[in-house]
Amino acid sequence: MDGHPLSHGLPPDPMLPRQFRIAKVKAEVPGVFTWHLTPLDGGGFAYQAGQFNMLYVFGVGEVPISISGDPRDGSKLIHTIRVAGSVTKVMAKMKAGEVVGVRGPFGRPWPIEAAYGSDVIFVTGTIGLAPLRPLIHEVLHQREQFGKVVICYGSRGTGDILYEDDLHHWRGRFDVNVHVTVHSAPAGYRGRVGSVAAAVRVARITGDSTTAFVCRSESMTKPAVDALHERGVTSDRIWVTLERNMRCGVGLCGHCQFGPTFMCKDGPVYRFDEIEPLFSVREV
Amino acid sequence: MTPGIGSKSVFSSDGLATLVSILRNQGYRVIAPHYDGVAVAYAEIETAADLPQGWSDEAEGGKVRYSKSVSPSRFATSQGVQGWKRYLYPPRQLLFSAERAGSGFRVVEPKNKEAPMAFLGVRSCELRAIAIQDHLFSQNGFAEPGYLGRRRGALIIAVECSRAVSTCFCASADGPEIEAGFDLKLNELASGDYLAEAGSEKGLVLLAHLILRDPDKAELAEAAGQAEAAKAGQSRQLDPEAKDLLARNLESGRWRKVAERCLTCGNCTMVCPTCFCTTVEDVTDLTGTHAERWRSWDSCFTIDYAHIAGGSLRQEASARYRQWITHKLSTWHGQFGSSGCVGCGRCIAWCPVGIDITEEVAAIRAEDRGPQKGEAS
Amino acid sequence: MKIEGLGPLVAEHPFFAGMDPAALEIVVGCCANEVFKPGAYLYRQGEPADKFYLVRDGLVAIEIYVPGRPPIAVETVEAGEIIGWSWLTPPFKWSNDARAADTVRAISIDGACLRTKMENDRTLGYEIYKRFMPIMARRLLQNRIRIVELATEPGGGE
Repeated sequence: MDGHPLSHGLPPDPMLPRQFRIAKVKAEVPGVFTWHLTPLDGGGFAYQAGQFNMLYVFGVGEVPISISGDPRDGSKLIHTIRVAGSVTKVMAKMKAGEVVGVRGPFGRPWPIEAAYGSDVIFVTGTIGLAPLRPLIHEVLHQREQFGKVVICYGSRGTGDILYEDDLHHWRGRFDVNVHVTVHSAPAGYRGRVGSVAAAVRVARITGDSTTAFVCRSESMTKPAVDALHERGVTSDRIWVTLERNMRCGVGLCGHCQFGPTFMCKDGPVYRFDEIEPLFSVREV
Repeated sequence: MTPGIGSKSVFSSDGLATLVSILRNQGYRVIAPHYDGVAVAYAEIETAADLPQGWSDEAEGGKVRYSKSVSPSRFATSQGVQGWKRYLYPPRQLLFSAERAGSGFRVVEPKNKEAPMAFLGVRSCELRAIAIQDHLFSQNGFAEPGYLGRRRGALIIAVECSRAVSTCFCASADGPEIEAGFDLKLNELASGDYLAEAGSEKGLVLLAHLILRDPDKAELAEAAGQAEAAKAGQSRQLDPEAKDLLARNLESGRWRKVAERCLTCGNCTMVCPTCFCTTVEDVTDLTGTHAERWRSWDSCFTIDYAHIAGGSLRQEASARYRQWITHKLSTWHGQFGSSGCVGCGRCIAWCPVGIDITEEVAAIRAEDRGPQKGEAS
Repeated sequence: MKIEGLGPLVAEHPFFAGMDPAALEIVVGCCANEVFKPGAYLYRQGEPADKFYLVRDGLVAIEIYVPGRPPIAVETVEAGEIIGWSWLTPPFKWSNDARAADTVRAISIDGACLRTKMENDRTLGYEIYKRFMPIMARRLLQNRIRIVELATEPGGGE
C-alpha cells in the first residue's frame, strides 16, 4: 500500500497479479484449449505438480486453473482451460500476444514422495488429466523410484481424449501401462468400453503396495475410490484432487471451504482418508 | 501522578471530552458508538457529545429497542449494530486498479491515505473478536496487509460492560472481563468519572494528557463489580462442547427444522464481528482501458457462495445454516485455534426471525447420542 | 470337442467359484469350448438367446444397433466375467450384439439345456440365480453411475 505511513513491514499483497504473455494457444478437445504463458518481467515461476494459479483477464475476472505442464520445464507455464463461465468464455477468444494476470502458485501439491517404492496408478478422465499431467511427468522423471506405473483414463468417446499425443507417448514406453476407456465407440472398436472404474478393476497392480492419484469430478471421485478399494488400495494411499469456486486462492474469502479445510491451501490435493467422512454428508 | 502500564487512575467526565479532542488533534478519526435515531452504531464522532449519553437498550431474538435512561451514562447501551470490522476490514476495499498499456496492463496499488483510527468504547466481546481477526488475517504465507495496516495504526479504548442485554452470552466465551488487548481500558463510574488503565505505551502517552487522580477504594470496588454485574445479567449460555457436538451431528434433523425459519438473509454474517468472508469483483469502465478489483463482504448464506461448474453446492437452506454455525463454533477451532464466537449475541438480536444460536446448539445436544465408538469425543 | 476336458476350465472360472462339484458336473454337461477371432460375433441382436458365455480370455464388446448409423459399442466384458442373460428370461432373444474385440476364448453354456436342468433341480436353479443376481445388480449400478457421469461431465463442444 504505497503512500501509507505504516506500509513498512507489512506483507506483500497476495491479491496483485503478475503479468504473463500468451505465447501460444492450442485447441484441445472441443470446448478446451491450452495456453503457454511466459512472464513479462522475465522472472521464473516455480511450482509443484498439483498446484494452481488464479488467472486474471483484464477487467473481466479471475478463475483458478490447475497448472498442466512439466514442473521441470522453466520455459513456459502451461494451463489447460475448459470454457465453463463468463471469464473462461472470454479467455477462449484471446490470442497469442495478449497479456493476462497470474497469481500463484497456490495449493497443496501432489505428494510424490508418498508413492516412492510402490506401484502407482493414475485414475482420471475427460479434462481431469490436466491437473495430473505434471505429476505423471515428475513420476516418469524419477521412474526408478516406483514399481509399476499404470494410467487409467476415461472419456466419452474416442474424439474427446485429452492430451492424446501424450497418452500415446506414455503407452509407447515399456515401463508404463496406459488404459483408455470410452463410454461408447463405433462398432468394431477394439478397446475397452465403460467407465474408467472398469479399467481400475482389471489394472495390473498389487493393491496393498499401490499409491493411487485420482482426478475426477466430485461426483465421480467416490466410484473411482470404490473401485480402488475393491483392488485393495486403502484410503490412506489414495490421493484425490477436488475443485471449488475460489475468489482469492489465499484462504481469505472463505468460499472454498470444505468441511474444516480451505481447499485453496489445505487442498486441492487431499489424502482420501482425511476427507472420507465428508463425502458421505450431503451438501457439506 | 505518573501512571504506569496496568496501574489505575481516575479522570473526570469532562476528561473524556478532552480525550476525544486530543485524539482528533493528533489526526485520529475517533470511531465511537453513536445513536442516529434508529440504532447505536459505531461511527466517526467529532466530540464526546456525539456519544449516546442517556440511552439504554434491550434486545431479544429479532428485536432491538432503545430507550431513554435516567442514568447519564455515555456507555450504557450494549454493543453497536456491527463490530469494529466495519472499519478494520471495510465492506468495500479497492485492491488494485489497472490501466491498459500496450498489449498488457499496468497494475497500480491503491494509495492508502486513510487517517489512523481511535476506537472508543470497545466491549469485551469486541476485543476478543478483534483478536480473532488479528489472528486469522496473520496466517503464515496468507496474511492480509490491508487489515494489518489499519489494525497497526488503530488505537483501542475499551470500556468494560456493567450490564448485559438478554441476547448477550459472552460469559460462555471468555467474557465480560477485560484483561488485555487494549491501549486504554475505561470503567464508567456512577459518578460520571472514569477509572482508567493503560495497556500500552500508546495508552500511557494518551493518559498523560489528562488530569488524573488516584482512585479511592469505593471506586475500585465499583469498577471491579461491573463485569460481575454484566455476567449476572446473562441468561443465555452456549454449550461448552459445541465444537465436537456439532461435528458429530452434521446429519441431524434439526438443520431442516431451523431451515423452515431461516430466510438465508445473511444478517447474522453481516453483524457478526468475526465473520470475514468476502468476494472479489473485477470491473472495467466503459472505455475498457481502466479496470479495478474490489473486495466486498459476502455471506455463506447466498446460494452460489459455494459452487462448482454444475451448480450450487449448498442448495438447501439447511446446508447453508449448518455451514455457518459449524464454521463459527466447530471448524473454526481446527482452522484458527479457537472458537469463532465471542458471545455478543448480535446474530440473535438482528435475525429477522430471531433464530438463536445458543438454542440451536441446545437442540442438537438434546438429540445427541454421544460420541460413537471409534470417534474422537 | 471333448466335453470331459472342460470340467476344470468351468470350475476355475470365477462365476462358478465355490460351486458344489456335483452341481458343476450337471452344468458341464451343457458346455462347449469356443474361440472367436477379433471382430467375430458371439451372438446378434434379435436372434434367439440360447447360450451364455464364461469369458476366459480376451475382451467382448456389447454393441447395440441404431438405425442410420453403425452400431454403438456401449460396454466391454472382461476375461473372468460372464456375458449373456437373455437365455434366462422371456422372450429369450438377444437385446444386443456381442462381438469379440480381440481373440476371445470362452466356454459357452447351452441355455435351453441348462434351463431344463434348473427347472428339474431347483437347488441347482437357485445356485445359478444366486450367482447371476449380484452380477446383474453390479452392472445395473455401474451403468447408473455412468448415466450420472454422462449427465454431469461436460462433453465435447458443450
